Amino acid sequence: MMSLEQFENRNVSENGYFKVDIEAYPETGWERAKQAFSRAIKGELFVGLWVVLREMFKFEIHTVQYPKEKLPIGPRYRAVHEMQRLWESGTERCIGCGLCEKICISDCIRMDTRIDEQSRKEVSEYTINLGRCIFCGYCAEVCPELAIVHGGRYENTSEQRAHYIGFEDMLTPVDMAIKGQVPEYPGYGAITPHEDERVKTTPLAY
Amino acid sequence: MEIAFIIETLIKIVVILLVFSALAGFGTYFERKVLAFMQRRLGPMHVGPYGLLQIAADGIKLFTKEDIVPTNAVGPIFKIAPVITAATAFMAAAAIPFMPEFTLFGYTVHPIVADINIGILYILGVMAVGFYGPLLGSLASSNKFALLSAARAAAVFISYEVVTGLALLAPLMMVGSFSLIDFNNYQSGGIGDWIIWTQPVAFVLFWIAAFAETGRTPFHLIANDHEIIDGFGTEYSGMRWGLFFIGEYANMFFISFVIVLIFLGGFGEGTLLGALGFLAKVAFFFFFFLWTRAAWPDIRPDQLMWLCWKVLMPLAVINVVITGIVMMF
Repeated sequence: MMSLEQFENRNVSENGYFKVDIEAYPETGWERAKQAFSRAIKGELFVGLWVVLREMFKFEIHTVQYPKEKLPIGPRYRAVHEMQRLWESGTERCIGCGLCEKICISDCIRMDTRIDEQSRKEVSEYTINLGRCIFCGYCAEVCPELAIVHGGRYENTSEQRAHYIGFEDMLTPVDMAIKGQVPEYPGYGAITPHEDERVKTTPLAY
Repeated sequence: MEIAFIIETLIKIVVILLVFSALAGFGTYFERKVLAFMQRRLGPMHVGPYGLLQIAADGIKLFTKEDIVPTNAVGPIFKIAPVITAATAFMAAAAIPFMPEFTLFGYTVHPIVADINIGILYILGVMAVGFYGPLLGSLASSNKFALLSAARAAAVFISYEVVTGLALLAPLMMVGSFSLIDFNNYQSGGIGDWIIWTQPVAFVLFWIAAFAETGRTPFHLIANDHEIIDGFGTEYSGMRWGLFFIGEYANMFFISFVIVLIFLGGFGEGTLLGALGFLAKVAFFFFFFLWTRAAWPDIRPDQLMWLCWKVLMPLAVINVVITGIVMMF
């Protein structure tokens, strides 16, 4: 596993760096001729041929055939937003507080709210203009309910700008939420693991 | 001249044209695949199974692209130059026997368009004329990179014609004929009779010069992408550029045939096994063109000239002299 320590040591002399052994350049014509002759019969060209042929027969292909195959991305990757639901009840987590709309530095979030039949605040309209979004992650960070989070869907090509992006597209399907098939979101905007252990009592010095 | 002979010759010409135009296409596919495998890639995969139809896609693209003649270009010369490259490449094929003669429906077929008594001289000459393609094309296209390419093309082709000719002189002295069929029959006794054993120096020199004649990688400086865009092809688009491409790949095939016929015994006695071995040897030399492109760097123009005039040409002359002395006594 790679770690950062090896990069933090800036002292190049200790990191296994060494100077390339360069022979003295030939001065006279005779020395140049000798160098040319020794290089000609050394067979270095065949080393190169052997290396590429070996790679061809080993056939260790590193190509990812992208639309068919995809590389896994990190769980905290900040791609297109998702709106989460509560487990089991399937209620939307969003309480319409409007913090994400306020904090958005590129002004791409727009929301409208109203009071519904049960006198609760409800989001009546919510859009994110992905053409403007810079995926800074402030909305996910500021959200008090972990409702808006960044997901892993990084392919957002479309023929229509209107496809960027409706609330329904981002919302977790309700049947999945009721069945409890939506795992607690580990990505950007979620609480980091073992957060309970890190909670400290507020120091009251006065 | 009887009518059957004319019809037979025409059929042979059409077959060679079709087969080698198609092979030039497949050559690009093989090149991309082989280079990809050597660089741990997959190469073309999306068009057709394993990317096999990529050739068709490229062909459609080349045929339907807009044919652009730049404003300051010398039109007629600019337009004829790619045709020279492609045409001379295929004209050179006229004196190459592609197969041992075989009998089809009781009719003996000689798979050579014209077994002329100056075969090798004709092939070398026509291939040398092919150099007017890059030269005229780049001079006429009024582009500074093309102009550099023209200067390099002139230097490389003229220099390496010398090496090619001198290297071939020694085997020619041994065989005493210019016909490639005579060359083949001279070596038909088996592996021990191959000229490569008696003329190893000439073989290596001719092989090196073949890379310069076809403009393949260690000597690719006529159209080096990273220095002078595409050299003579910079201003070309569509099928005119495609003709340069077909000419280059056809040349690679034909020079592979010539190397095998002159130095490696050709098709031997003309059995089926000999014919298959012939094709295998040619395939190896074609593969070698692709192999070196993956393995070796390009060299500078001055290094190329140094190699030609200070190393290869003296070696070729010494080889001719020694061959002459050995033959005399």
